[in-house]
Amino acid sequence: MACIEAHGLTKVYGQTIALNGIDLKVEEGRILGLIGPNGAGKSTALNAILGLIPYQGELKVLGRDPWTQRDQLMRDVCFIADVAVLPRWMKVSQALDYVAGVHPRFDRAKAEAFLAKTNIKRKSKIRELSKGMVTQLHLALVMAIDAKLLVLDEPTLGLDIIYRKSFYDTLLNDYFDHSRTIIVTTHQVEEIEHVLTDVMFINRGCIVLNSSMEDFETRYAEVMVTPERVAEARALVPIHERQVFGRSILLLDGVDRERLAALGEVRTPGIADLFVAVMGGQPAAPQGVAA
Amino acid sequence: MTLQSSALPEAGPDAQSAAPAALATTRPYVWSVRRELWEYRSIYVAPAVAAGLVLFGSLIAAISLPHDPRLMSAIDRAGMGGQLVKPFGFSAMVVIVTSFIVSVFYCLGALYNERRDRSLLFWKSLPVSDLIAVLAKISVPMVVMPLVTFVIILVMQVILLFGGAEALMMRGLSPSVLFGHLPAGQMVLVLAYGLVVMALWNAPIYGWLLLVSAWAKRAPFLWAVLTPLALVVVEHIALRTHYLAAIIGDRLTGGFTHAFEAWSQGPNAPGVPQIDLLGFLSTPDLWIGLAVAAAFLAAAVWMRRYREPT
Repeated sequence: MACIEAHGLTKVYGQTIALNGIDLKVEEGRILGLIGPNGAGKSTALNAILGLIPYQGELKVLGRDPWTQRDQLMRDVCFIADVAVLPRWMKVSQALDYVAGVHPRFDRAKAEAFLAKTNIKRKSKIRELSKGMVTQLHLALVMAIDAKLLVLDEPTLGLDIIYRKSFYDTLLNDYFDHSRTIIVTTHQVEEIEHVLTDVMFINRGCIVLNSSMEDFETRYAEVMVTPERVAEARALVPIHERQVFGRSILLLDGVDRERLAALGEVRTPGIADLFVAVMGGQPAAPQGVAA
Repeated sequence: MTLQSSALPEAGPDAQSAAPAALATTRPYVWSVRRELWEYRSIYVAPAVAAGLVLFGSLIAAISLPHDPRLMSAIDRAGMGGQLVKPFGFSAMVVIVTSFIVSVFYCLGALYNERRDRSLLFWKSLPVSDLIAVLAKISVPMVVMPLVTFVIILVMQVILLFGGAEALMMRGLSPSVLFGHLPAGQMVLVLAYGLVVMALWNAPIYGWLLLVSAWAKRAPFLWAVLTPLALVVVEHIALRTHYLAAIIGDRLTGGFTHAFEAWSQGPNAPGVPQIDLLGFLSTPDLWIGLAVAAAFLAAAVWMRRYREPT
């Protein structure tokens, strides 16, 4: 059974089409990066998956309809919607007590162990913690829950690089175990690249690219060519071209690497490179509008 | 709703091991109620402060009173007129009114604050259904608050009683008039009954406030007060009738009229009011009110469940 399966998933807000008939299938045990500009429909898709908004089309999460069967679904699903949502009046110890109280799959010892590595004091109120600490606390709570699906919407927004790095390291090392599924959205594409098993680009409510990382690495290649050989390389129909130090870097889709090696230095592009290549040619949704 | 009052405080480890199915709903419910007490400490702080002020005022009075010749005549009349009960009744009302005000503001904030500070998405990331969350919230004014108020008033009155006896003895008077003539058992019974009556009678008020709290984008207090006021005005202008005003007025003040026999003589009548349980239970307004409260709560659950996050 697929963890998430959607057919023609559509969400319209007034005149705005936030999701335009998305087809989607996420198998169990994957770590999917959902990447797109602001207002592309990432959060809308996640909200639909989490049963927070109604939608048109078909959507099944862990075999359930998230809108009508949300209560049952939330026993197996966990999410961090935004770093700021932990209640500010709560004490750290109360947050632990409460989650332990209501969640049958919460492993308190695990959360305590994670917190022991931080400077977070049990007696502190959440409003007294720094933004990084709040995220660490939220992460400690969420990662101690034995959920089948974990959804992280911009979990590291506003954090400095050290926190971001340790966030994803912990996620990969301490949490992920191949039976769980994780969906993560972020602007910092480079930082999650090594974590993902799958990547999905979304723009203007449509899926622009959907690929596993293995396919990604075999399918896409970048070749750096000298000006004399540019014409030859361009004949292979690159999807993107940029200039670096007087040489051209061409991004190609589905071209044999040995053939490219004859033209110049070949490497696998980063997700960010491909993102720019794919999104660059398209008009993005207005900036600053969260979907 | 009151049936849960007996289940709530004792639903500890015993109840949990009994039935795993019940556990799935009881545990989140109990923890959700506990959570409310963490967030809104005024639930027990405010009535306790009110009781403290009453005690403080009584202490001052006890020090100054012996010089007042009225004391002796008051004690003389105590046995006959039931005047002795009055300060106890008054002090209880101070705490009860405080609890009611706290309940009103609690309900207005309960479903509004979690949306405003966006912690709603955290609560919704846990396996606690919106039904359980709203039931936990309505349990605060309906169950927790009456229990807290009962305990605080009881403690306060015991202190008042022994403090009064002490004051009498220090002035060389026998405290027996206090212990002998005060209908303590009946007072406790009336207090417990009165709190239950208030909770049930006020249920639609709390339900309405929770619904506004779940619905208002801002200023829930204004919405909660001005909406019924506007309807009263519209009814007055359009139909020249005042049914809604009468209903609201009865709801705010009329509970005890139906619940006690002697209440018609006015709340200042001497002695302990006579419980009229049958009369109260046979008041159609009680049941209509509870049905309306259930409808308001169902709407509040619906709002919390199906409203899209903004």
